[in-house]
Amino acid sequence: MSSRIAQIRLVSSHPEVYEPCDDSFALVDALLADRKNLLEHQPTLCLELGCGSGYVITSLALIVGQEAHYIATDINPHAVRVARETLEAHGVHAELITTNIASGLEKRLAGLVDVIVVNPPYVPTPEDEVGHEGIASAWAGGENGRSVIDKILPVADNLLSEKGWLYMVTLTENNPSEICLQMKEKGYASRIIVQRLTEEENLQIIKFWRDFDSQLEAKGMVANKTVSSRVMESLLSQFHIMPFLRGSNKQQ
Amino acid sequence: MRLLTHNMLSSNIKGVTNGFPLRIEIEKVVEKQVDFNADFLRNMFPKIEWKALVGAARTLGYVELPEEVEPSRLDSEDFLRKFHHALLELHLEEGALVCPETGRRFPVSKGIPNMLLHEDEV
Ligand SMILES: C[S@@+](CC[C@H](N)C(=O)[O-])C[C@H]1O[C@@H](n2cnc3c(N)ncnc32)[C@H](O)[C@@H]1O
Repeated sequence: MSSRIAQIRLVSSHPEVYEPCDDSFALVDALLADRKNLLEHQPTLCLELGCGSGYVITSLALIVGQEAHYIATDINPHAVRVARETLEAHGVHAELITTNIASGLEKRLAGLVDVIVVNPPYVPTPEDEVGHEGIASAWAGGENGRSVIDKILPVADNLLSEKGWLYMVTLTENNPSEICLQMKEKGYASRIIVQRLTEEENLQIIKFWRDFDSQLEAKGMVANKTVSSRVMESLLSQFHIMPFLRGSNKQQ
Repeated sequence: MRLLTHNMLSSNIKGVTNGFPLRIEIEKVVEKQVDFNADFLRNMFPKIEWKALVGAARTLGYVELPEEVEPSRLDSEDFLRKFHHALLELHLEEGALVCPETGRRFPVSKGIPNMLLHEDEV
């Protein structure tokens, strides 16, 4: 079985499109680390939000195979064109749409998507830098880097199928344990698939999936404080071990 | 843009209640061969708005899809091949998608629809 991913020399580029970087590589490493599960999962519809150069969606299509259908969006019209070239250079297909997150897809795709991957703009910046034209919108994440992430999460929740999975890149400054707790309240379990310390950033790739226990606890949480603090403890313990994993990819 | 994508898109303009299906304006259509996969088609079938697919395929000049379809047809390879062709092989390469309620055009260029809204449409 091959585990091909996109090749950098075949990734197309444009001065205003985000080039694959440590965060992109960490996300693809997470998909590779979870490859066996992905293949068993047999997704029908896969979606990338904010595809940039197309490096990640191309890799996902190579890992999972052309039995699934792929859709990728980006708010930057240059990015989707570059992504199209990257996909073609690898002989795989994804449907591309220029749009804000998944606007235009949310009605019909609700509850239909089996895998969503996102490497969002996560860098803490002044709020007014978010969503600007050009390359800055590739990283500008507003306060705590959470502006776009906090818009993406409810959209992902709406689009994911019952068996749906979400893989998302976060930075420690995004407060990932709080993100996991918020998702827990929507009925999702979560796990860090890859964590990586680069020279500048401490990155996590988190996988979310709908979980019956989480859904029950989520309902109980309103009335039951102890459940909520237990959830918090287990989440925090997950994040606590991270400093010891410096630089290495740890498959959990 | 495959017709599958057309089947998944609706007008996202604020206030629009009847934004599906988007009308198709054609400048250029291309056909691209895609490997036939019966399982994928059976999985996709329940997710498809059939009437919208029939209408879109007609607009692109493909009239082989039946107006109405019983799920039992999914056992027929002849039917699946037609469904496959309409859903995956017909591409709107250049043209536009038009909001059925407001007439707003969303351009399709190099096979990529642009659904970005102006400030006053959000
Ligand atoms: C950190 S880059 C990741 C690019 C690519 N997925 C990768 O991993 O290399 C974030 C991408 O999200 C896009 N983006 C930012 N805000 C967006 C939004 N509101 N809707 C869709 N895409 C957005 C940017 O244009 C950029 O391409």
